[in-house]
Amino acid sequence: MNLGVEQAKAWIDQMNELFQQQKQYLTELDQAIGDGDHGWNMARGFQEAVDKISSNRYEDLGTLLKDVAMTLIAKVGGASGPLYGTAFLKMSQVLAGKQEGNEQEWIAALGEALAGLKARGKAQVGEKTMIDVWEPVVMFLQEKGQLLAREAAQLAQQKMEETKTLEAKKGRAAYLGKRSIGHIDPGSASSCLLFIAFAKVVES
Amino acid sequence: MNHVSLVLVSHSEEIAEGLKKLLEQVAPNVGIAAAGGNNGEIGTNALRIQEAIESVYSEKGTVVLFDLGSALLNAELALEMAGGKERVRIADAPLVEGAYIAAVEAGLGKPLEEVVQACEAVKQMVKIEK
Ligand SMILES: Nc1ncnc2c1ncn2[C@@H]1O[C@H](COP(=O)(O)OP(=O)(O)OP(=O)(O)O)[C@@H](O)[C@H]1O
Ligand SMILES: [Mg+2]
Repeated sequence: MNLGVEQAKAWIDQMNELFQQQKQYLTELDQAIGDGDHGWNMARGFQEAVDKISSNRYEDLGTLLKDVAMTLIAKVGGASGPLYGTAFLKMSQVLAGKQEGNEQEWIAALGEALAGLKARGKAQVGEKTMIDVWEPVVMFLQEKGQLLAREAAQLAQQKMEETKTLEAKKGRAAYLGKRSIGHIDPGSASSCLLFIAFAKVVES
Repeated sequence: MNHVSLVLVSHSEEIAEGLKKLLEQVAPNVGIAAAGGNNGEIGTNALRIQEAIESVYSEKGTVVLFDLGSALLNAELALEMAGGKERVRIADAPLVEGAYIAAVEAGLGKPLEEVVQACEAVKQMVKIEK
């Protein structure tokens, strides 16, 4: 199966829909252990990304994903803007010049996105960040060698839930120390929505 | 410009602007840009920081000072986006005291590496003698 420019646009659209629906929830998660802006930032950034890409025609995936990245960097800001911005920028580099990507190419793009996130935020698994969702999901896809998007989304959900038991070591929540235990990490929740949106597009 | 310039990154627009005012009083000849806030809200923003770097960049060098959390992520990304600006350093120092020392040193015409060293040394400074 190949995913092209239209599917990538649909992915961003789906993400935006989910972030608009869930902005209150994401914000509540962030109020518990951060500053309470995560839902609003994601909703604002993805609305802007959709506005930007829907008015453009794209010849290749690289240009499309780069536009998304730059919009997130400019409009989301905080920690998640540069992090998601870097992830989309890395994907755009892998898929540059391609009208569509096959399953291997998309898995490679997600792998580079994870590498970019880790380089940018310097977080490891277990530090209660979005890496706790991204790393196991990307490793699962790499092991399977197929774009098993629904299973990946289910795994993302499970890993997001598991962040509850972790103590935050990175980001604003780290200032809370042990008091961060017992709450889901907001960035893991938004990353989970990213993989759910991806599965919806792959399945349709 | 023959002085090292400074970029002040804070989650709060008012902190960055207020600090800039404070520094301009002691170092009126140093280029200083404030990059506070995120789209009018509390937070930091890489694009905003990139613009600030470009507005005061000098061949002599530019030092970026930052406050909390995402400020470093956005400062590093801003540096990459600004591209080709070899003489920019992000200083590992407390924002207010670090920027104050940096402004004084830059105002004296010190080279980039010395300004960075001076503001990073602030971490060892004792503020109340025991
Ligand atoms: N260093 C990091 N590496 C990976 N993910 C991180 C890092 N720091 C924060 N995060 C993720 O970002 C999420 C918070 O994003 P958000 O946009 O709310 O940033 P923020 O904490 O408000 O930033 P700010 O420092 O500007 O207040 C966290 O839940 C976490 O998943
Ligand atoms: Mg937040």
